[in-house]
Amino acid sequence: MSQPLNTYRSGPDERGHFGIFGGRFVAETLMPLILDVEKAYEAARADPVFGAELDNYAKHYVGRPSPLYFAERLTEELGGAKIYFKRDELNHTGSHKINNCLGQILLAKRMGKTRIIAETGAGQHGVAVATVCARFNLPCVVYMGATDIERQQPNVFRMKLLGAEVKPVTSGTGTLKDAMNDALRDWVANVESTFYIIGTVAGPHPYPAMVRDFQSVIGHEVRWQMEEAEGRLPDSLIACIGGGSNAMGMFHDFLDDTSVRIIGVEAAGHGIETGEHAASLNGGRPGVLHGNRTYLLQTDDGQIIDAYSISAGLDYPGIGPEHAWLRDSGRVEYVSVTDQEALEAFKLCTRTEGIIPALEPSHALAHVTKLAPDLPADHLMVMNLCGRGDKDVFAVARHLGVEL
Amino acid sequence: MSSLAACGGTEAGTSRIERRFAALKAEGRGGLVTFVTAGDPDAETSYEILRGLPAAGADVIELGMPFSDPMADGPAIQASSLRALKAGFSLSKTLDLVSRFRQDDNDTPVILMGYYNPIYSMGVEAFLARAREAGVDGLIIVDLPPEEDEELCGPALDAGLHWVRLATPTTDDARLPAVLARASGFVYYVSVMGITGTKSAETGDIEAAVQRLKRHTDLPVAVGFGIKTPEQAGSVAGVADAAVVGSALVRRVEANLDADGRAKAGLAQDVLSLVGDLADGVRA
Repeated sequence: MSQPLNTYRSGPDERGHFGIFGGRFVAETLMPLILDVEKAYEAARADPVFGAELDNYAKHYVGRPSPLYFAERLTEELGGAKIYFKRDELNHTGSHKINNCLGQILLAKRMGKTRIIAETGAGQHGVAVATVCARFNLPCVVYMGATDIERQQPNVFRMKLLGAEVKPVTSGTGTLKDAMNDALRDWVANVESTFYIIGTVAGPHPYPAMVRDFQSVIGHEVRWQMEEAEGRLPDSLIACIGGGSNAMGMFHDFLDDTSVRIIGVEAAGHGIETGEHAASLNGGRPGVLHGNRTYLLQTDDGQIIDAYSISAGLDYPGIGPEHAWLRDSGRVEYVSVTDQEALEAFKLCTRTEGIIPALEPSHALAHVTKLAPDLPADHLMVMNLCGRGDKDVFAVARHLGVEL
Repeated sequence: MSSLAACGGTEAGTSRIERRFAALKAEGRGGLVTFVTAGDPDAETSYEILRGLPAAGADVIELGMPFSDPMADGPAIQASSLRALKAGFSLSKTLDLVSRFRQDDNDTPVILMGYYNPIYSMGVEAFLARAREAGVDGLIIVDLPPEEDEELCGPALDAGLHWVRLATPTTDDARLPAVLARASGFVYYVSVMGITGTKSAETGDIEAAVQRLKRHTDLPVAVGFGIKTPEQAGSVAGVADAAVVGSALVRRVEANLDADGRAKAGLAQDVLSLVGDLADGVRA
């Protein structure tokens, strides 16, 4: 068989670029450290011992592989495509975030780092980081916007139970982007001892590629699980996108399978036209923030605008650079879904499948409900159910006007 | 158009920065580099401060371009950026501010300092053309390390602006040549690992670091981060070519705001009197 002339899976280049996106836009203080992380990651990647260790924890600690589940009642309800859920919400800690945290903490230990820092928005990544820090006995500091701490008390308590120190971020606007700023500030001041576990496929090279690689287990599993279930490739893949790590993890394996339609779903909040949304690709333009060039929500003057979504896990004003490149290259479609549509999908999934999804994948599900009815019954659609909704029941109650 | 020619060339002695450091050397003292954020706390007060800096004793002016997410800066400078943005300041207005300053001062070097995104948003070519025309002498862009030189460093040097590079305690001898390769004007040594306005380094460590840099470059070395008092400025200026003070000045701005965040009468004078004390420090 001849090699395809073009591949979507070879990025990034040695400087961390996906087309014009990505790169290493960091202060000089961090640059030597970024290069260290890159070198250590390249070595770990090539080391079968590292891979075996990661696989072992993925299996026995996280519970991988996660099931590929035929959502029969939802399929009947929508009356079109055959819908599968990739059930990463069944992972330990309740979302896909643990896949990446496990990989990064093993790398941190390999590098001899003695302290872990992280940023978190909704707290899912923070909980996953606090979890692996407890498991591997490393001190952990999680930066979290003061506003998010208010909104996500259960996750804050969970992180504290796990032994993490949760530092409220009041600088800037006190949200996820500011939490990332403060984590970077901490890192600059503690470069010798500290490893920064970034939660999504963003940040300076090698993070976007590294986080993608650790999340790619999702897509690898979908491939063999679908082969087992249906004897062929899926026809479409759908995943929600904030920074985009669950989506990248599911998409990457299939980028060169041109028969597979791939769709990323951004959070349109109150609607892109209102300006209150988190849809960087559909409502932003290219810029440079947090170490990489990507699509950003920003003013005409290049000032970063706060993102908004009902889902705290999606309200980041940027997106992973590989997504930016996949959008411009046309390989992946990026659409958006409003708060209201996500809420409807949340209710539908709960009632028809007995699964309470997180508000993040509820966005992906909302798009499934738009597409599936018009597709034939032999169309195989996979949605990444990347998080469970227990953390969201209070927020949903509030939005539905229910007093708990 | 003498100002254009003056800020241009990077041949020895032809630019404001080079002339200023040559003059400092002749005087036998280290210089004072002051940082304030453009538009903080409002356009007029900011202009008043800027205009008064040379007379107060600032040898080189670093003017912060306000940015919403200054990752390498501490709370004081971030707050100053946000005050400026809240007052409606922008990169375009920052450039206008430099033009206005240049109407009365054609000698004091002005270096714009900040982050890449507002420049990228304006467009590199448009920005460089306006910066030259305004009388900007050089740039310090915190989030553009040598690895990203093709973005702005190359075009800025081609446009005749100085590219002031940051060196840090983490920049080891192996990396230093790459960092210094295209540096011009002077080198800004970040004396502590961390963000602006927090820790201070020991004078002995600074001296050793400056000596290390001098083994790799003939450029003047300015040292910043954590310098707050005239005494600290004086001791740093004693072992380096200049001391940079920023957070202490923007904190002084902050101390002169009323409950609604507006400038109280005498704000600019108070900031300039601190500059005067610092200037006495480097001359002591």
